[in-house]
Amino acid sequence: MNTTETKLIFEHSHAGRSAVAQAPQAHAATAIPAHLRRKSAPGLPAASELDVVRHYTRLSQKNFSIDTEFYPLGSCTMKYNPRACNSLAMLPGFLNRHPLAPASHSQGFLQTMYELQEMLREVTGMQDVSLAPMAGAQGEFTGVAMIRAYHDARGDTERREIIVPDAAHGTNPATAIMCGYEVREIPTDETGDVNLEALKEAVGPQTAGIMLTNPSTVGVFERRIEEIAKIVHDAGGLLYYDGANLNAILGKVRPGDMGFDVIHMNLHKTFSTPHGGGGPGSGAVGVGERLLPYMPVPHVEQDGQGGYRLADEADRPETIGRLSAFMGNPGVLLRAYVYMRMLGREGMVRVSEFATLNANYLARELKAAGFDLAYPERRATHEFIVTLKKQAKETGLTAGDVAKRLLDHGFHAPTTYFPLLVPECLLVEPTESESKETLDAFVEAMACILAESADDIDTIKSSPHNLPNRRFNEVAAAKALDLVYQEPADDSADAQPRSGTHG
Amino acid sequence: MPFIPHTEEDIRSMLESIGADSVEDLFDEIPAGLRAPPLDGIPEGLNEMGISRLMQERAARDGMPSNFIGAGAYEHHIPAAVWQIATRGEYYSAYTPYQAEASQGTLQLIYEYQTMMARLTGMEASNASLYDGASALAEAVLMAVRVNRRSKSKRVLVPGALNPVYRRVIDTLIGNQGIELIEVPFDETTGQTPVEALAAHADDDITAMIISQPNFFGILEDVDGLTGWAEEREVPVIGVVNPVSLALLKPPGEWGGNGVDIVVGEGQPLGAPLSSGGPYFGFMTTRKKHIRQMPGRIVGRAEDADGKSGFVLTLQAREQHIRRSKATSNICTNQGLVVTAATIHMSMLGDEGLTRVAEACYANTHALVEKLAAKGIKPRFTGEYFHEVALDFGGDAAGQLQAMADAGVLAGHDLGRDYPALDGCVLACVTETKNENDLEQYVAACEKARAA
Repeated sequence: MNTTETKLIFEHSHAGRSAVAQAPQAHAATAIPAHLRRKSAPGLPAASELDVVRHYTRLSQKNFSIDTEFYPLGSCTMKYNPRACNSLAMLPGFLNRHPLAPASHSQGFLQTMYELQEMLREVTGMQDVSLAPMAGAQGEFTGVAMIRAYHDARGDTERREIIVPDAAHGTNPATAIMCGYEVREIPTDETGDVNLEALKEAVGPQTAGIMLTNPSTVGVFERRIEEIAKIVHDAGGLLYYDGANLNAILGKVRPGDMGFDVIHMNLHKTFSTPHGGGGPGSGAVGVGERLLPYMPVPHVEQDGQGGYRLADEADRPETIGRLSAFMGNPGVLLRAYVYMRMLGREGMVRVSEFATLNANYLARELKAAGFDLAYPERRATHEFIVTLKKQAKETGLTAGDVAKRLLDHGFHAPTTYFPLLVPECLLVEPTESESKETLDAFVEAMACILAESADDIDTIKSSPHNLPNRRFNEVAAAKALDLVYQEPADDSADAQPRSGTHG
Repeated sequence: MPFIPHTEEDIRSMLESIGADSVEDLFDEIPAGLRAPPLDGIPEGLNEMGISRLMQERAARDGMPSNFIGAGAYEHHIPAAVWQIATRGEYYSAYTPYQAEASQGTLQLIYEYQTMMARLTGMEASNASLYDGASALAEAVLMAVRVNRRSKSKRVLVPGALNPVYRRVIDTLIGNQGIELIEVPFDETTGQTPVEALAAHADDDITAMIISQPNFFGILEDVDGLTGWAEEREVPVIGVVNPVSLALLKPPGEWGGNGVDIVVGEGQPLGAPLSSGGPYFGFMTTRKKHIRQMPGRIVGRAEDADGKSGFVLTLQAREQHIRRSKATSNICTNQGLVVTAATIHMSMLGDEGLTRVAEACYANTHALVEKLAAKGIKPRFTGEYFHEVALDFGGDAAGQLQAMADAGVLAGHDLGRDYPALDGCVLACVTETKNENDLEQYVAACEKARAA
């Protein structure tokens, strides 16, 4: 890891310098009227090609990533991103295809997308799949918007509430609001399952639906899912499945068979498309019988002549509409397709088996090392929760401290302080692609931190020590906002007139 | 088993440690009746050689037509270094920078990106990006409604010359939130949105107004006049812009008297390949005073315990993982990897490179128009245009476009599909990637298609 201070690209700039090979030939000045023209240059960096390459290569060395460190970030499924998925999605034929190219020049791409839809349909047990949503949160939006369209089409407009368990991802309640619903929260019981009594009390003629993650965010399988489905359906509501944890059950149990009416999948989790430092994601949506008419467009279909086409509003008059300017994130979809074809039907099932094996093994070993599991009586799924409630009280060691000290040991931290209902929690998800040796080394680091907390808590409290920075003062940063770089007054490159900088 | 490292011995000893007899035992909390059937619809797995062959065949199947379609996605040269660096594992396989100390690469890069976007648009602050241009506009409308506390109507003026798909995306994404979109017609001769068209709303309670520069037809709007009208009425303005055009055009931060309130647009022209429509990214910049109403992730400079400077995600109290149902949006991710590419792309081009790209686009589009005019095909509108132009094909645009496609030229986008009044018109775009031969090929294919 590069721990040296890195100047901004703007501080590497020198007026008059540029990456000459990248500029097209000069053309005559445009005839754009003066009042519509820019008066001074924007102030982008002025750097050579090597300056730029070196700067961003060195910056990359200040990141933890799956390719460089174990990254057990719960709920995020940080598994290996096979390189072939990237290189094959970036073949020129795919990269250069314009989204509005005619079907006659799109058959290779469309066939691939159609097959992806079919594979996702099979593995989720749904009736059809839309590839349109650009991220998990947009998949959630799509699902709830379809639930609303369904009720509205039936004239059932009194249903104003979406039920959300207290352990749910923050996107669930935020999504319900975006769709014009109110949120009704229900508690989780002491074993980690939904409190059924509370659910029965919550449902009624006002219930539009429920948003559930299964396995839930506390890392256990919701055992009474069939009963939950019956309670919600009997009340006239629909079931939304948040696919954040699909990696745990791939090929073992399908959301469609559990009774869900609509689901989203995070292709960047289960199907290994890159997280990219925070996107792009892809939130494909699986749809049950009742919601088929409302699916978003465009949607890939067979054209009846052995080819493929994009269906639009004219084909689906009751569609909820369009979510993006074109059709979501095809570059991500291609990566997911390659991954799924490489796994094949056997490999698909192995994903959940080994993700679960790794999580249960790691949970057991951490328990043996002295850590408390939040739900010790339950099977771990693909992830599990460690709670430092006891340590926080006894030695002051918090979940946040463990997270920071782990960085010094060369491990990315698990998810901290989520789900909110477990105090001082670490949500740990090792994924199937990590070896036993890596898991053992992680346990060793955790044990080391626990031992250290007994005799040198200060070193932990002031960690990390081996990274480019120590802990930040985030409160001060949010008060005195510095969101864009300002050139020092005597070196204001951005104030120079554009006419002087090129020719 | 692909991408799973376990040996038989690993499995045995791990199960022993867990106290389970088999991996299957680990799924014993799933009700037996729910277990999935075999996944017969999924093919057998392929090794890397097998999938490579399959994908190469698929990618090559559709040929390499010469592309003149724009309509929201634009073909530009992307320096080789851009994606080689962006797909380094440290960027490619990292996640959202929640652990700031272990994510300084991504965080500093986003800070640099925010600076570039603020400068390009002439604004004071930027977020770390949104999904794409269309969804960014939907978020901007919601933000404008939050910003304009004075207005009670939730009525937003939308130009008819806005990308019609953007309009549909807004309808989809915020249609359930009681916002009324009112269309402002364009002038059928110039293709511009005339300030006079706003007169009908002079006395209405308007919550926000959208201005697109260039508009969907490539035409340059009178941005000062339109913004001025809104300023007089204290109506927040949302500018929708093409970032490449901003190398030449007045930035939205300078439109009218004081500039607009929110700027959004499609970031794709800054280093994202066409790639069938994504992943792209939506950019959003604004005034400092509106920053707390802005959706999406934002990076700020911070000091660490040693007083050393670095970067963190800031203002997180606006976001869904903290505020849940009271968040500014349900958005989680930005388009991190594409923003990484865009930041490298902008650094590589610099002011001079981006200006040359914009000038080449302008020159090439005008050169095509000149060549076609000699053959009797004229622009539909009289207004000034940047790098896209509505060409009057004189009827059956769809048929002519298909014939030209069959000759290897994707000649443009059929405008009649969304604008019945523009039936027979084609929206064509010529960027810096096209040379004299490409233009001749276009003209020849066009003549042949018309003769048929």
